[in-house]
Amino acid sequence: MMVRFLAACLAALLALPAWAGVNIREITSPGGISAWLVEDHSIPFVALELRFRGGTSLDAPGKRGATYLMSALLEEGAGDLDARAYARALESLAASISYDASDDDISVSARFLTENRDQAVSLLRLALIEPRFDADAVERVRQQVLSGLRSDLADPNDIASAAFARMAYGDHPYGSDGKGTLESVAALTRDDLVAAHRGALARDRLYVGAVGDITAEELGALVDALLGDLPATGTPIPGPAEVTIEGGVTVVPFDTPQSVAIFGHVGLPRDHPDFFPAFVMNQILGSGGFESRLMSEVREKRGLTYGVYSYLMPKDLAAVYLGSVASANDRMAEAIEVIRAEWARMATEGVTPEELEAAKTYLTGEYPLRFDGHGRIASIMTAMQMQELGIDYINTRNDKVNAVTLEDVRRVAAQVLKPENLHFVVVGQPAGL
Amino acid sequence: MMRAIPLILGLMWSGAAAAQGIDDAVTTFRLDNGMDVVVIEDRRVPVVQHMVWYRAGSADEPVGQSGVAHFLEHLLFKATETMESGELSATVAANGGRDNAFTSWDYTAYFQRVAADRLDLMMRMEADRMVNIRLTERDIVTERQVIIEERNQRVENNPRALFSEQMNAAQYLNHRYGVPIIGWMHEMETLDMEDALSFYRTHYAPNNAILIVSGDVDPEEVRRLAEIHYGPIPANPGVPERLRSTEPPQTAERRLVFRDARVAQPYVSRSYLAPERDPGAQDKAAALTILAEILGGGTTSYLVEKLQFDAQVAVYAGAFYRGISLDDTTFDLVVVPAPGVTLQQAEDAMDAALAQFIEDGVDPEQLERIKMQLRASEIYARDNAEGIAQRYGSALTSGLTVQDVQDWPRVLQAVTAEDIVEAARAVLRREASVTGWLMQAEEAMQ
Repeated sequence: MMVRFLAACLAALLALPAWAGVNIREITSPGGISAWLVEDHSIPFVALELRFRGGTSLDAPGKRGATYLMSALLEEGAGDLDARAYARALESLAASISYDASDDDISVSARFLTENRDQAVSLLRLALIEPRFDADAVERVRQQVLSGLRSDLADPNDIASAAFARMAYGDHPYGSDGKGTLESVAALTRDDLVAAHRGALARDRLYVGAVGDITAEELGALVDALLGDLPATGTPIPGPAEVTIEGGVTVVPFDTPQSVAIFGHVGLPRDHPDFFPAFVMNQILGSGGFESRLMSEVREKRGLTYGVYSYLMPKDLAAVYLGSVASANDRMAEAIEVIRAEWARMATEGVTPEELEAAKTYLTGEYPLRFDGHGRIASIMTAMQMQELGIDYINTRNDKVNAVTLEDVRRVAAQVLKPENLHFVVVGQPAGL
Repeated sequence: MMRAIPLILGLMWSGAAAAQGIDDAVTTFRLDNGMDVVVIEDRRVPVVQHMVWYRAGSADEPVGQSGVAHFLEHLLFKATETMESGELSATVAANGGRDNAFTSWDYTAYFQRVAADRLDLMMRMEADRMVNIRLTERDIVTERQVIIEERNQRVENNPRALFSEQMNAAQYLNHRYGVPIIGWMHEMETLDMEDALSFYRTHYAPNNAILIVSGDVDPEEVRRLAEIHYGPIPANPGVPERLRSTEPPQTAERRLVFRDARVAQPYVSRSYLAPERDPGAQDKAAALTILAEILGGGTTSYLVEKLQFDAQVAVYAGAFYRGISLDDTTFDLVVVPAPGVTLQQAEDAMDAALAQFIEDGVDPEQLERIKMQLRASEIYARDNAEGIAQRYGSALTSGLTVQDVQDWPRVLQAVTAEDIVEAARAVLRREASVTGWLMQAEEAMQ
């Protein structure tokens, strides 16, 4: 299936709304674990989202990839059940549980039918508390991770991201791939995985969201049964990363017809007072809609690319302002020139009243579209807890967008956008760079 | 609604909300000009998704114009008689909504997702571009560059996608499914205004379209608005019947090797020509759907057991079947060998496992687990009105009826172990298959 414009479509697939309908309650379980709940009994299942702050940045020195491999092994055997027995048990309940590990967190996304919820929760508990890390499972999943790493090494997008991260963050964990390297993953031992598990899944970094067919009382009992036996504290989270990248162009030669570029410089943290003006400004600059300046100039007017985007990326330990574009080898130089010019134009001129108004209407109207389904809502409200946005954030967020003025955008654009600091990492055989 | 849901409800508490099935929320009707309408009510949130699906995709393109269906899809965001180029998307955005479109072999679809009270405006714009686009030569030149960059991004830069194109081209001897949806590069480069407009005039008409509206809507209100906006567009009696060149008997196994310096992880891919879901006759496709789950649907599947657990031949094994298709589809297998295992060894192990499966038959417990998951998927699906819209849109543009869509969960539950083995025997025929090896370029190998 060919999609006219990939990123927007993916976003759209994730989105539908729950406007005034998102009624979040904070509960505290009898055992003292706090969780956010949206009760909705219209469909007999519940979506549960868990996040553990820290993620792959917790890897011990020399053990890069341990947290990632550990999280991939949680479903590969636990308690009395080996990998196959565990998978069969989960399938027979038609429950689904997925695990992911990023730079900032480990996430667990689950959904359980009401009819067998207790059994499904017991299975998830086994995976979180008593994973086996059997030797055969470790080997099997290790080979899968290594296979993925080999593919990444030959993928222009992954090559570009890795090169940019190395330049931006240096020796900080953000500067290398959380999946590890071929060498580091090959060397990981069972003890490394046990230590990663002990350090990453702890209650002092836990965030819980639940949506669906469950009451507050039931959820309290559920989280105590599920999470009460986790250790109280885990591995300390590393300090902030210094963003060290400077302006310029780095070409990574790679024999492929279309060059791929990642570009960026320092950004703004999520709790910065100017975050909202910057967010609204980026909507106009390069959020990806056809109305954004980058898309209009690079794609619609010149046909240089299928897609060009810019985005604020405020992670826990560093904030960057990033963008990406792909263009034929003989056209990439022009694409970069246009992007730099737009970066500079926004920094010096700001936006027009019409652009600001359109961006606000879009952002405030589009916001409810995100609350599409139980799993999506559970994920959003767990992220809200991690970002310390407050339980009423959903109701106040559009006011923050609407409060942004032309002058705010002009001031913040001049402060944040630094065309001379913009670094482009280009993977391919670009001409004239 | 006596479909799949009550099978599960027998196991749990009752209640008005829980007893409601997906189909209860679906209303269908047809406008006088032949436009089919499907309304899916999901009143939980005040949002609507408005989609128009055309029964025209890349497999309906004229010979020599591969990619024109997708090219036209891009061009439908340019000017019409009453809207400027880009105005439709800008208007959607200005109303806080999102829009996009997509093209496949059998359909092209356009959609907007927006606050429910903007449905009237969405319909007005979508109806306008059904028959009123106004293109300039500049649109053609610029947008052709965009689709070429899109092909660069999706295909030329990705050896797996290039390999998959070659597999597909070898699978279909005579049918357009062998041509990529995005088009062959050399034909995309020649697409012009007349190619695009000719496809538009031939296929874009209310009697060749399906309107799907899902979300916080009242079916009667949708009917009223549809009659206002789409109703006045006359049917096009010239819409051609979808007669496509069909496959002759496939009598020779095909093998190919695709080499590329950018390949980091070699693998074996196998595709077999397979029947699709046909109106009123979905049993074979249902058996194949479950067969794909049994063979390669996850940790407990047969190929994974044999190739990843019993022997460490593979790091990944999977099976895939896409039953929604107007014409013959494919049943696909992929095996990614473990280090030190050659592609020949991986392929041999896969074939040995397939032969063993046909001899062993189906594990009844595995079949029951899969059916349980299928029943549960009907509960989970009610959380996703867009998924239901997709289900109807793709089915109705691929020759199926509303009844077929609503019967499907029941047809799946009726599949027996014998049906599955029979389907495996009928479809896993080497003479109707393509086997491909994706490999590193020779100069890259030591």
